[in-house]
Amino acid sequence: MSQNNGTAMDGKRSFKLLIVDDSNIMRRRIERSQQFEALEVVGTAGNGIEALEMFRKTDPDVVTMDLTMPRMDGIECIGKLVEMKPAVRILVISALADKATAVEAMEKGANGFLNKPFTDRQLNEAIAELMR
Amino acid sequence: MLYEQELKTFVDGTTNFFEVAAQQPATIGSPYLMEGSPSVHEYTGVINISGKREGVVYFTAPKAMLTVLLMKMQENDFSHETMRDLVGEVANTISGNARRDFGRDFVISVPSVLSGEKPALAQKPGQRSFIIPINWRSHSAKLVVSLA
Repeated sequence: MSQNNGTAMDGKRSFKLLIVDDSNIMRRRIERSQQFEALEVVGTAGNGIEALEMFRKTDPDVVTMDLTMPRMDGIECIGKLVEMKPAVRILVISALADKATAVEAMEKGANGFLNKPFTDRQLNEAIAELMR
Repeated sequence: MLYEQELKTFVDGTTNFFEVAAQQPATIGSPYLMEGSPSVHEYTGVINISGKREGVVYFTAPKAMLTVLLMKMQENDFSHETMRDLVGEVANTISGNARRDFGRDFVISVPSVLSGEKPALAQKPGQRSFIIPINWRSHSAKLVVSLA
């Protein structure tokens, strides 16, 4: 359990996580599979527009971001999130496995890229890398 | 003419989903060719392809297979919407693999999902579809590749 001031009960820094994916299955999967005590899921969103609203409400430190979504895609959303909070850490989780897409996401401000489908271990390693 | 490497990309995209998401690999049955519109199961994830090749690729699976797949993924919701969500994710993985292997020569659509209906195939006369049985546990789905 973490506190709202960004400090966990044991004194270590805690992080707020926002999960963005248009698939309900994937949102639940990420929430269930992440194993970090210092990470508190503060919200989920099914597209880029919802993600922006949820981001303003919850001020997360870490975001997992799908790319192919209705209304506003992940690439555009990453740019807007980084404008609002340059220090946010963003992990792209997408089935789009080509290099050009990964480079585009990184140029917009993403910090990591994980291909779908993924194992629990791959997810946790990618998140650990992000929180370092 | 569909090249073996192209077919392999679509097959690998499909089997990779089972292997990684469910931690249990799927096996491939003997592929076959047919003219016209192959039958579908209850849920179908479709990607449309244009550019260097034109046509559709779809993954169609019975509800029973998807239910067990969801269980293996630790999912508790087995609703109609979740079944649609799941075949959409399989199609999404096939699409991602194709983008990686084929680059920008192929224009690949965002996946769409059908419940029971057949995808529209705009086949030229004499054109045939490849049907690849995807076997997993006691269930069988189909990957259909119809490209000109």
